[in-house]
Amino acid sequence: MSDEKKLAIIATKGSLDWAYPPLILASTASALGYETEIFFTFYGLAMLKKKLNLQVSPLGNPAMPMPMPVPVIMQAMPGMQAMMSSMMKKTMKKKGVASVEELRDLCLEAEVRMVACQMTVDLFDFDTKDFIDEVEYGGAATFFEFAGKSDICLYI
Amino acid sequence: MADYNEELDASGLNCPLPILRAKKKLNTMESGQVLRIIATDPGSVKDFDAFAKQTGNTLLSTEEEGDKYAFFIKKK
Repeated sequence: MSDEKKLAIIATKGSLDWAYPPLILASTASALGYETEIFFTFYGLAMLKKKLNLQVSPLGNPAMPMPMPVPVIMQAMPGMQAMMSSMMKKTMKKKGVASVEELRDLCLEAEVRMVACQMTVDLFDFDTKDFIDEVEYGGAATFFEFAGKSDICLYI
Repeated sequence: MADYNEELDASGLNCPLPILRAKKKLNTMESGQVLRIIATDPGSVKDFDAFAKQTGNTLLSTEEEGDKYAFFIKKK
């Protein structure tokens, strides 16, 4: 066992905005010399798809800054989520914020270990062929094997 | 400011990209060499200080010129 510091993260959410905290922290921790593992469960599994299509929704998120006031009933209209997601991605690019793809690549390059929750994969009938090759599959006990030795453990 | 061996332009990039790019660049350098990093993210001032403290690389100096920052980091 190495004497590197260790960071364990559980990633449970699969929207565009919620993909950032685990991937930013994991990639940065690696740059600081941490050994890092992310356990992806439930909607967090969406971050492991080869073809990422993460979306952001203003619904149920009153704090989301909007370019103009949009009544909640309008936010539920078809196409609204796709439009908001595309606007968010454009703004991020303009502001020099990394894309989720880029951050994930940086994590993989830095050898962040990515573990997918086997139970949720089965529950949602996900095809593991749709996930990136670097993914390992495991359960709660697998998570604790690493998390039990970690210096920092985050649930996101 | 002092001499440097390598330079990295992280202008326009936001957290955590300047740090990640700097780390990647440092990996290709030799111990004792100096990397000059240009960044525009105001958050990078505190971040490069924290990066240096945690990685053991030395932050020789930080310069501010208009809306640009220059960091000089000596590799451990």
